[in-house]
Amino acid sequence: MTMERRNFLKLLGAGAGVATLGLAGCATTNKAGARKVVVIGGGYGGTIAAKYLRMQDPTIEVTLIERNDHFISCPFSNLYIGGLLPDLSSLTIKYDQLAANHGIKVVQAEVTGIDAKAHIVKTSAGDFPYEKCVVSPGIEFRTNEIKGYDDQIMPHAWKAGPQTVLLRKQLEAMKPGGTVVLSIPLAPFRCPPGPYERTSMIAMYLKQHKPGSKIIVLDANPDIVSKKGLFLKGWKKHYQGIIDYRPAKKVTEVDNKNMTVLIEGIEEVKGDVINIIPPQKAGHIAHVAGLVGPDGKWCPVRSFDFESRNHPDIHVIGDSSIAGAMPKSGYSANSEAKVCATNIVAMMNGRKMTEMSAINTCYSYLSATEAVSVTGVYRVNASSQAIEAVPGSVGVSADLSETEAMYAESWIKNILVEMST
Amino acid sequence: MRKKWSGLALAFVALVFSAAAYAVPPTAEILSYACAGCHGTNGASAGPSMPSLAGQSKVFFIDAMKKFKSGERSGTVMTRLVKGYSDEQIVAMADFFAKQKPAAQTTAVDPALVAQGKVVYDNACKRCHLENGKEFEEDTPVVAGQWLKYLQIQMGEFRDGKRKISEKKAEKVKSLTAAEWEAAAHFYASQK
Repeated sequence: MTMERRNFLKLLGAGAGVATLGLAGCATTNKAGARKVVVIGGGYGGTIAAKYLRMQDPTIEVTLIERNDHFISCPFSNLYIGGLLPDLSSLTIKYDQLAANHGIKVVQAEVTGIDAKAHIVKTSAGDFPYEKCVVSPGIEFRTNEIKGYDDQIMPHAWKAGPQTVLLRKQLEAMKPGGTVVLSIPLAPFRCPPGPYERTSMIAMYLKQHKPGSKIIVLDANPDIVSKKGLFLKGWKKHYQGIIDYRPAKKVTEVDNKNMTVLIEGIEEVKGDVINIIPPQKAGHIAHVAGLVGPDGKWCPVRSFDFESRNHPDIHVIGDSSIAGAMPKSGYSANSEAKVCATNIVAMMNGRKMTEMSAINTCYSYLSATEAVSVTGVYRVNASSQAIEAVPGSVGVSADLSETEAMYAESWIKNILVEMST
Repeated sequence: MRKKWSGLALAFVALVFSAAAYAVPPTAEILSYACAGCHGTNGASAGPSMPSLAGQSKVFFIDAMKKFKSGERSGTVMTRLVKGYSDEQIVAMADFFAKQKPAAQTTAVDPALVAQGKVVYDNACKRCHLENGKEFEEDTPVVAGQWLKYLQIQMGEFRDGKRKISEKKAEKVKSLTAAEWEAAAHFYASQK
């Protein structure tokens, strides 16, 4: 960069406050939406965005729109599948306390569209005008890439709830000596270590309750995507002869009647219980609202405040967004929501934005008492403007650890309390 | 004409993005909010094995982070995460958490052990952990009102030599039995 250009940018920078004020001014052309933020999705990202907006500026009116009256956490739902949790109640949150504690208006409705130009969120319960909108819709499945796919026969259990219960029931009903097939899609997908934790939990269940059974893991990826060494170590220690892991096996078709899956249209694998985790894309509303990028799957965003590259004043956080080096995890969504909320408050008050700083921590269980973790601290690279990991902060556990299993339990407790109070 | 407009559009894009380049460095808030996923909103922990950071001594917080960073204090995720922050950022976070209202946790404690723990406290702890562990001196932490489980884990690590004991502490606690450590944990957890 030449000196002239640098100085020019500096001048612009000095006027940044004015520039952001100006942008906020644009938004308020819709007077009904002035000082209003509408948050879509009551999961790991949405609840936290709503809460941290109100915590930092109680003059902003925040409406959280969610289709259900509760949310069930995907993190830890593998423990229920493995039999370590009796039900999903400890993973379920309601919104009443969050709403009362922070003055958030919670609306149970289906979002049908976003009029980005008019700044209006359209829902089954009417229109909601906004100055800023936060979209945190999680994921949707690219089921069209698996011919014949039916989630009532081969559940995904990748959105916690009835699907999770269905998979556990199928495992319970399976005869001893049976075969479970687990299909993992190509990355990126929600929760990179999740399928391997699920493998561990199902293997644990089979070892204890279904002697002689095995699990065949068909991974579309060339190798284990996350915490490879630790998973292999745990599988060797606990589940020798139970886990049959096969890399580079992409399931493209299923036969529901004969309970078989087809790899790349040729190789057939039969199972008594088949758990298909389909390939994924941004949540439905992100597509309807025109927030997805040229790949047709995920939402490109500006890295320091998660504003959509497609529409101003709409911010996309969590699994749906393309957040550089940050993995698609519950912790990432939580951390992204705070960065997004903080900078929305800054913009709405004509202040300069803050550079992002975020964390991811993901625990995975290998057995009833042992867990491992992966961590990372994230920032925006000053020259590329992309989200990158701070060197040294990314790493995995040295070994399987009972202490980390205790910490994991406290993590889920803390993060769900943070979302619901 | 069209070219002119696209030129203007580019200039506008440059203006918007320059705002990003000149955003302020991460504030204490944005740095500290990220910790809440494990340590609770504003450092008030709801998880029994996770310490509350709210109201913690600034000096102790900085010292603990330095020890995680150097490896002097063993840990799990903290020894890795701490490497993501500069010394200045750690000071900013210490400041943020020191200002937060201490958490009110609801650990169930054994009253008999609490009484025994009070004796242990009077004999071995109170010179440094002031006011039943509610106040701090220099690099000693606030221990009162932490979760029982967290206190048990940490005291276990002191006992087993996994967590290094400072010289002044070693002198006082080297003769404590496992039962006395346990009683002290119940005593501190009972403090509101």
